[in-house]
Amino acid sequence: MKIALFATCIVDAMYPQTARATVKILERLGHEVIFPTGQACCGQMHINSGYMDEALPVVTNHVNAFESVAYDVAVAPSGSCVASVKHQHPVLAERCGDAALKARAEAVGAKTYELSQLLVDVLGITNAAEQLGSHFPHKVTYHPSCHGMRSLKLGDRQLDLLKSVGGIEVADLPEADQCCGFGGTFSLKNADVSSAMLDDKARNIESTGASLCAGGDASCLMHIGGGLSRTTSDTTTMHFAEILASTITEPVSVTGDILVGKAGVR
Amino acid sequence: MSNVFMGMPTLPVFGDGNLHIEETFPTAAHRELGNTQMRANLRHATHTIRDKRLKVVAELPDWEELRDAGSATKNLVMANLPALLEEFEKNFTARGGIIHWARDAHEANSIVAGLIKEQNTTEVVKVKSMATQEIGLNEYLEEQGISAFETDLAELIVQLGHDKPSHILVPAIHKNRTEVRDIFLAEMPNVDPNLTDEPRLLAMAAREHLRRKFLSAKVAISGANFALADSGTLAVVESEGNGRMCLTLPETLITVMGIEKLLPGKEDLEVFMQLLPRSSTGERMNPYTSLWTGVTEGDGPQNVHLVLMDNGRTAALADKYGRTALNCIRCSACMNVCPVYERTGGHAYGSTYPGPIGAILTPLLTGITSEENSTLPYASSLCGACYDACPVKINIPEILVHLRGEDVDSKRGTKKLPSQMDLMMKGGSWAFSSGKHLGLLEKGLPLGKLAAGRDKKIKALPGIAAGWTQSRDIPAPPSQSFRDWWKKDHTPVAATNKQEK
Repeated sequence: MKIALFATCIVDAMYPQTARATVKILERLGHEVIFPTGQACCGQMHINSGYMDEALPVVTNHVNAFESVAYDVAVAPSGSCVASVKHQHPVLAERCGDAALKARAEAVGAKTYELSQLLVDVLGITNAAEQLGSHFPHKVTYHPSCHGMRSLKLGDRQLDLLKSVGGIEVADLPEADQCCGFGGTFSLKNADVSSAMLDDKARNIESTGASLCAGGDASCLMHIGGGLSRTTSDTTTMHFAEILASTITEPVSVTGDILVGKAGVR
Repeated sequence: MSNVFMGMPTLPVFGDGNLHIEETFPTAAHRELGNTQMRANLRHATHTIRDKRLKVVAELPDWEELRDAGSATKNLVMANLPALLEEFEKNFTARGGIIHWARDAHEANSIVAGLIKEQNTTEVVKVKSMATQEIGLNEYLEEQGISAFETDLAELIVQLGHDKPSHILVPAIHKNRTEVRDIFLAEMPNVDPNLTDEPRLLAMAAREHLRRKFLSAKVAISGANFALADSGTLAVVESEGNGRMCLTLPETLITVMGIEKLLPGKEDLEVFMQLLPRSSTGERMNPYTSLWTGVTEGDGPQNVHLVLMDNGRTAALADKYGRTALNCIRCSACMNVCPVYERTGGHAYGSTYPGPIGAILTPLLTGITSEENSTLPYASSLCGACYDACPVKINIPEILVHLRGEDVDSKRGTKKLPSQMDLMMKGGSWAFSSGKHLGLLEKGLPLGKLAAGRDKKIKALPGIAAGWTQSRDIPAPPSQSFRDWWKKDHTPVAATNKQEK
């Protein structure tokens, strides 16, 4: 298949290893990955902050960028960005009175998948160790991010993929379905409440004794990792794509220069 | 358009009463977060109710279909509200009831006070009612020399404690039973001084106190959960039987109800009587459901009044994206699953309607330009748990986002200087509206490393971003963006074992 990668702004700028891991997994499966260079961001930050006028050019750009190239499906390693592309883009276009853009956004959204959705539903990956050669000999726990879990109804796709990685030990996270408190500019506008939610998430993660918490959204992982970094634990965060991309011959480094958390500085 | 003055009110007419909050949500939340006892009480109570709810919801194989049916019925009601209200009025009046129309809280309050004065009494009993909380009826009556006694146990606790409800269904959710015992001992007349905090004894004390009120009151005030248009019937759903006492014992019954409570007919109750108890208290069926239609000679109240109140509902209905908030059946399922509510409690929301539904309903009823109320739509991380739990599928996160848009738009051009957020969003809009712009900015990523310490973390940021670094670090950015890596260093893996689709 010809798969268009939507790297998302935060992964592109802050967590490039997550996008590189996504490319690695898909190419390992024999697919052709393309990167539409016009892409920038889904506009979720603007939309969720109420800046609709400012969001419109961002959304228009995304639609243009993914219309300008030929591909079978698009994929992003982020549940919330995919939820924005699928659900928020058409609503915003309608709100701004642009019926043509709404139809175009719906067409792009219909071809866009979150990574675990693509792997499980389209590419038939159920055993990462066997089908992807994934190997990651660490104890991890897993936080299902809200938008993937609720807007996209991802269910256990990410968790099941993680559990099928060779050598891994996956510990259940207490109150896993509770929001980490990020919420975009919510973390700035209501910093106190956001911090209180983060404290509980961090405490639950630490209670598992896992060396890292995996998830499918870079922004939530940055939030959780940023909070864990302030505690005394050694726990850190990592995107599930990096764990799936890790093999015996090419193990993922858990001491990369942009991990937030104690493990990142050892 | 004709410019002849037709004497019609100009829309929208916004609501007043206990809807205008006095301080911004972040300010109130900061204070409430410091109340550790309240947070512990709330966490325990909401988790208990949400677990019960999940259990009884899972018993129904057609729960999703029931939600769809409830949502569709409510949408139908909102689309035909004027006709249904007229049908209801005709049938209610034909059965001997009297209808009063109130545009806002003040009109509703003065109508109720006038009706009570006609009965030459200064004491009334009340069954818990959100509508009368919304308009501040108890406070208004007190100013008129009328004492209104709450008979719902939790409302009684709040009233005796000179407190405000913090939850629409469990008004005293922020109090534990020891605190309740202390309130009873201090405030309840003739209470046993040896009262312990055993729930049974607390209930007995309240029961004894309330019986005296029920048997002496000439006037009762109620809210209504539903009003059936085809028969002019009202319905109240409750758990303690105090409602039934209020609805049957006094000579005069005054009901105050928002105009959105209508259902077309009694067959619609079948859906809502499955949705409501399960969503609210986690019960299959609530203990008491009372329905009454007009006056029956020699049986029950002989004077039956209904105050039909707008108080901002027409304005909310005029909001194309926000109007489904009026579908709310006040079950409180959204509050019980909300991570923000769980930590701040209901008082932080300042309005009669707290939690996720309050964060949309309150500003819809008052208008978003009401300064403090405009902070309410931001009181959510948009996690979506409320939408999942809502029995009538109100898309609360989407309405929250819509109202944030209304707030930002309403402030455009009104400020002398743009806020930091305005500037950030403007800059972001430029950066994110082109791959070239973002790529250009990413060239500066190595500069970010300079902002980080030796441990490769950014620990303090200025301005609005300081909120982030009060409890979280930011990683130092990488040396190379993905975009750059793709352009310079990516070599496609030769697809030797291509899995053709």
